[in-house]
This record gives sequence, C-alpha cells and structure tokens, in this order.
Amino acid sequence: MHPLIKLVAQRIALGLILLLAVSVVIFLGVEMLPGDTAQAILGQSATAESLANLRESLGLNQSATTRYFNWLGHALQGDLGKALTNQQDIAHAIGQRLGNTLFLAACAGIIAVPMAITLGLIAARYNGRWPDKAISGVTLAMISLPEFVAAYFVIFLLTQVIPILQPVSMVFPGMGLFEKLHAVALPVIVLVMVVLAHMMRMTRAAILNVMQSAYIETAELKGLSPMQVIWRHAMPNAVAPIISVVVINLAYLVVGVVVVEVVFSYNALGQYLVDHVAKRDLPVVQAVGIIFAAVYIGLNILADLIGIIANPRLRHPK
Amino acid sequence: MADLLTIKNLRIEATAYPPGEAPRHLVLVDDVSVSVQKGRVLGLIGESGAGKSTIGLAAMSYGRGGVRLTGGQVLLNGRDIRAEGAAGLRALRGREVTYVAQSAAAAFNPAKRLMAQVIETSLLHKLMTKQQAEARAVELFRKLGLPEPETFGRRYPHQVSGGQLQRAMTAMALCPKPDLVIFDEPTTALDVTTQIDVLAAIKEAIRDTGVAAIYITHDLAVVAQVADDILVLRHGKAVEYGATDQIISAPKQDYTQALVSVRRIDHAEKTGDAPILRAQDIAARYHGTNFDVLQDVTVDVAAGQTLAIVGESGSGKSTLARVITGLLPARAGKITFDGRTLSPELASRSKDDLRQVQMIYQMADTAMNPRQTVGTIIGRPLEFYFGLKGEAKRARVQELLDQIEMGAGFENRYPAELSGGQKQRVCIARALAAKPKLILCDEVTSALDPLVADGILKLLLNLQAQEGVAYVFITHDLATVKAIADKIAVMYRGKVVRYGQKSDVLAPPFDDYTDLLLSSVPEMKTGWLEAVLKTRRMESAGN
Repeated sequence: MHPLIKLVAQRIALGLILLLAVSVVIFLGVEMLPGDTAQAILGQSATAESLANLRESLGLNQSATTRYFNWLGHALQGDLGKALTNQQDIAHAIGQRLGNTLFLAACAGIIAVPMAITLGLIAARYNGRWPDKAISGVTLAMISLPEFVAAYFVIFLLTQVIPILQPVSMVFPGMGLFEKLHAVALPVIVLVMVVLAHMMRMTRAAILNVMQSAYIETAELKGLSPMQVIWRHAMPNAVAPIISVVVINLAYLVVGVVVVEVVFSYNALGQYLVDHVAKRDLPVVQAVGIIFAAVYIGLNILADLIGIIANPRLRHPK
Repeated sequence: MADLLTIKNLRIEATAYPPGEAPRHLVLVDDVSVSVQKGRVLGLIGESGAGKSTIGLAAMSYGRGGVRLTGGQVLLNGRDIRAEGAAGLRALRGREVTYVAQSAAAAFNPAKRLMAQVIETSLLHKLMTKQQAEARAVELFRKLGLPEPETFGRRYPHQVSGGQLQRAMTAMALCPKPDLVIFDEPTTALDVTTQIDVLAAIKEAIRDTGVAAIYITHDLAVVAQVADDILVLRHGKAVEYGATDQIISAPKQDYTQALVSVRRIDHAEKTGDAPILRAQDIAARYHGTNFDVLQDVTVDVAAGQTLAIVGESGSGKSTLARVITGLLPARAGKITFDGRTLSPELASRSKDDLRQVQMIYQMADTAMNPRQTVGTIIGRPLEFYFGLKGEAKRARVQELLDQIEMGAGFENRYPAELSGGQKQRVCIARALAAKPKLILCDEVTSALDPLVADGILKLLLNLQAQEGVAYVFITHDLATVKAIADKIAVMYRGKVVRYGQKSDVLAPPFDDYTDLLLSSVPEMKTGWLEAVLKTRRMESAGN
C-alpha cells in the first residue's frame, strides 16, 4: 500500500477514536453540571411527583452508563434523538442552523484566508519597513479587540455613521443568495477582523523563517525579484505551518462564534448549543458537541495531510 | 586579452551586533585588487574569515546580511556593477555571473524538482525556451557524469546523494551559459573519494564550456588542481597573487609558505604493549532498524598510543565511538578496558569507568554550555570525579589551561569569546581534567582551519607524551591520520577493511578501497588530479 494511503487511513481511524472520546467527555461534562433537567423544564413550582414522572418518562432514572450507551447506539444509526426540553427532533433543528453556521463561516473564510496570506506575504516582503509595520500594527490592534466590542464598533460605523447595512442579521429559509449575503455582511466583517491577524502573522513568520535558508540566497543570486523569491521558493516550504493556523481559524469560525451570533441575532448552532447547555438538555448538547468536534478534528486531519503532502520527502521517498 | 572581471581596491564592511554590546564596525575586505580573464580560473584561498566568499559574492554585488561594498570598483564586462540599481543587478545575476554554493544540500530548494531549479535562471532571463533549457540541462547532467541524465532532473534534492547534488548545482550554474561562475567551496562538504570525482567533473565542465571561474576554497591542494592563478587572502587583505605554479612551488610570503607546508607533522610510530582498550566482534544497530551499522569490528589500542579510525561518512566510525562510550549499547561483542569487561550500557558503568574514557567532539561550539565560563566548564569534571573545590580546583584549572597553552585570564571567559581553535583546546582540557586513560576524538580538527588544526594535533601529541593517555582518533582526513596514528583501522560500510600498525596499513600492496581512499587525497602539486584519475582501480563509493 502506498504510504500516503496508509497515513490517511490511520489519521481517519484516529479521528474516529477521538470523536468517541469526545462524546464521553461531553456526556460526563453535562452530567457534572449543577441542576436538574426535569426542574429546568417544569420550573420552580413543579411538585415532587410531577418531577419524578417526568424523570421516568425521559429515562433520567437509568444509570449514566445505560443512558450513554443508549444514546451511542442510536447515534451510530443516525438517530440523534429528541430534545428533552421541547421534544423537537434534534436532527431537524440542527440541519437549518448548521447550514447558517457553515454559510457564515464560509463567507468569512473566503475573504479572510486569501487576504491574510496576501498581507502576510507583503509584510514579509517589506520586513521591517513601513508596509510591514502598518499591516502588523493594524492586525495586532484588531486581534486585541474583544469580538463583541469589534461587533458594536462595526455596527455603529456601518449603520449609524454610514448607514448602509442593517444591525440585525436574520436569515430565513427561502431567502435568495444575494439577500443572505447582504444580511450577513456585518458579522462577516467582524469575523474577518477577528481571524485575520492570527493567519497573517503566521504567514509572515513562516515566510521569514524560510527566508533564512541557503536556497533563498541561491534564488536571489539567480536574479529573481523579491516577490518571485517569496512566491516560488519560500512559499512552498512554508505551507505546513500556514495551513495549520488557517485550519484552526476556520474551525473557530464554525465552532466559536456564538458571541457574534448573539450580537447580530443570527440563528445558528452556537446559540442553539448555549441555550441547551443552560437547560441541561443532554441529547442536544451531545449532538452539537459531536458536530463541532467532528469539524475540528476533520479540519485538523486535513491540515496534517496537506502539511505532509507538501513535503516531498514524504511524497517521494528515496 | 580584456579582463572579464576586474576588482580594484575593493573594500567591504559590515556592522556586527554582538548581544549586549555596542555595535562593532568590521572591515571584511580591505584594498583587494584582482582580475579574471575570459576562460581562466582564479583561485581564492585563505582561512575562514579571510574574506574569500565575501569577495566572490562581490562579483555579483551581493552582500550577505549587513555586508556592504563601500569602496573600490567591480568591473564586469567593462562596467562598474556597484553603480547598478536593483533591476540592473537582477539582470546580471544568473545571466552573466552564477554561483555554486558550498552546501548544495542546503542550496537546493527541497520542495522543487531538480530540473525546475536547474533551468529556472535560463527561463527567468528569457535566454532559451523550456525545451532548449531542458535539453541543455540533460547535456550538462551527462557531461558531469550524473546517473540517468535523461530522467535525473525529475528527482527531488533529497533523492540524490551529496556528490550528485554538488554536480547538479554546477549544472545549474552552467545552464544559462554565464560568462563567470563563482564556485564557493564546492567540494569541502564531500567525502574525499567523492571530492575527486566532483573536482574532475567541474574542471572538465569549465574547460569544455570555456567559462571563466572563481574557485574559492581553504584547501590549497584542491585549488592547485583547477586554478590558473591564485590569490592568497588573510584577514581580508591580499597576501600573495600569482600563477598557480609559482604559488605552489615558490611561494614568496611566509604565510603562503606556511599554507603550503601545512600537515607535515612527523610522528614516529609506537608499537607493542598490552591493549588498554579492546573492542571485539562488535555489532551494533540503531533502535528501530534491522540493519547492522557495525559488523564484526575488532580493534584495540595500547596505553599511550593512538588508534586512528578512518573512513567516509556513513562508514560507521562515529557509531563505533558511541559503542565504546556505551551511548549506543553493542548488540554483540565485548569491550575490555584495562583488563576488565565494560558494561555495554553507559548507565550501568561505574563512575570510575566513566572517568577513564572521555570524549572530544567535532563541534566544540555545541559541546560547551555557552552560559558557563571556561573555568566552570573545566572545573566541572574536577568536582564531579575528584571532589575538588575552591582554591584546589582553581589551581588545577590553571594547570590544565597551561597544559593547553592558553594560560591565565581565560578561566573567566565565555565560549563565545574564544576562537575556534581555543574552544577545541578547552574541550581537550575538560577531557584531560578527568585524568582518563583513553580519549575518543571524533573529527576534532575537521571544522578547523589547517594551521589551527595543526596546532591542535601537536598539542594532542604533546599531551599524550606527558600524560600517557591513549587516543581513538576518528577522522575522514588521511593527512591527520598520518600525522598522529600508531595504529590504523580503515572502515568501509560498517566493517574494518584494513587494520594494523600505521607503517603496514599505509604501505602497499593495498586493498581496493584503501587504495581509492589514499589516492583521493589531493596533493600539493599541479597535475595531480589528471595523474590519479588515470590510475584508479575502484569507482567511488558514494558519488
């Protein structure tokens, strides 16, 4: 078997084992949360009897191990179950919101990744001169700003000072693509600001690190221009570190943007998850947690593989 | 004939920024004038820091780091390239002048195929079409003796050997048909048997293409084989400039004479005596491999004598040192020391066993803690093995410093404040501090300039006479072996192929490998390369 195929298979198997471990951790985490699901559903005025009945009907009286394996058995068959709190089908509830989450992440990623890499290359090209200082300074300022502050700042700027956008990003099924894009413009701007700096700084650092190599001198002595040297000779050797940071940021765009969702009233997974953690609604938390973990693990496996494939020593063994 | 390159009164300066100190202004090259005619080869020779590479790169108006050309003229094809702007310099780099770096392994981009890198310059300057450039590259691969020239370019740098990479680098430099090629120590990093092939290939390529060249090296014997003229440099100044024959056979300056006569230490071979160390039927492999890097190795060395272990990179000579010290436990075989059997593993040896066997490394730089003073470094084994403290320790450190001919005032210095030779001397003193009966010296002079290396070898011989310590001296350099050894073991691919007293090992009849090894050492005379290539019996091992 080609070593690469073996490697891919190994990584995927490892990813699946990790997912299983994550499901155990989430389960234990929710178990350890203070409070009681039945109490959360029925409220403070519930009688002891009604609480007991509800626990019985939701299966909360069974041991934790039994409940975990019940859940696992169903999940493996694709059945994520019903929300304890409102009896809605979880898969259905997630579907719509996952679409919204991915849409927002994709919009932000498509703008932020090329922009970060381009700015990183420019900063590396003019290392220590004014373009580098300007880019590094501005991105550092942006990364230092908490995202809700950035969000309110952008809202103020683009709905009050220059009123061209709406401060609320509601999206509904049946909206056209353009309408949707218009609706998410503000959160996308905020998310781009949040993730840009990290990727740009890693691109700059990775390129500058490679620029110390002897083969960069060779390229310069061939008469290549500085940008040609960076693009043709430094970039191929800096791919691995850049990709890994890009992927961490993409994963963040999918799993970590609940604050931005709340600020813009954007109906997506993060909000859904946080609501149900508060209610101790285990099946929902479990389902969303697994989806987030799968995105995170999947993207990191992808980064690993790209990093390995970018290395000719592994692609073409002696 | 008109000069292709004329350098007049060149002055090159740099500013150094030592950590924690005020910036220091350095003059790297001072008032050097030299010229190269079309089709001729100029040799630049000198020790490290003499300014050889700096002058070579100045021919492309290129300064590494903060190096600046601050005075004089560099005339290439009649115009002063110091007056060129960035675009003008890019136009001449790669088209009129090309560069072959010392370490081709580092100078090739690991992420790109060889062919793409070899033809890049020709395409960049629009000198030929891709087909023409590839055809020329294949032709150069063939001329330089690379295997499978048609498909060689499809490989990545890590897929070919060091010697092949160095030739590919030469092909890369010749591909755009430049007027001048700068060869910067192109064979220094290669094994001696590979060096000779690469040297011959470079010489032939220079002759066939009619290109002019500047050949930079610290090895006068090497440059004597390829250069028409030689410029000897020291501390950035020209010492002597003349035709190769004159420099080699009738050097006028004292410094040149010292370079020519270097490595002529006389050492009378000692014989007899019971062995202090005997390694018997040693086999060893690295963890996780199923290949023995050492097979059936049996050697011994007597008290107060020197066993030289000689071979190319990968022959297993350093591995043998690791086995003797116990860093790499032997898989089979027995090590006896001073009449008792040593445990194969370092961890289960007694403190006295550890004290008796000391080691000195190639890179003195990395073998010392940069944050400890010389006094602390040498004092550590005194404390550890003998429990010396305070005044007694200080006095013994001073005694050791005297022994390595460094004297008072050095105990408070840090390694960064020492020269390369002084660092190695401190490492020797540290080994001696343990009063060992055996010191393993692993390529201890390889990173040093010839004259400095000579001093270290003389010191080691003196110390042996005073202290009666035995050496296992690992080296790839036969001149060093001749200077210091009593016994020699020649290693090749993990086996000892020739072993005995120095006078026997170095006397004919030779086995094929020893013959190859001995005949590959450049001699300080012109025409040696051609003569030896005619009489060789065995192809190089790792070319």
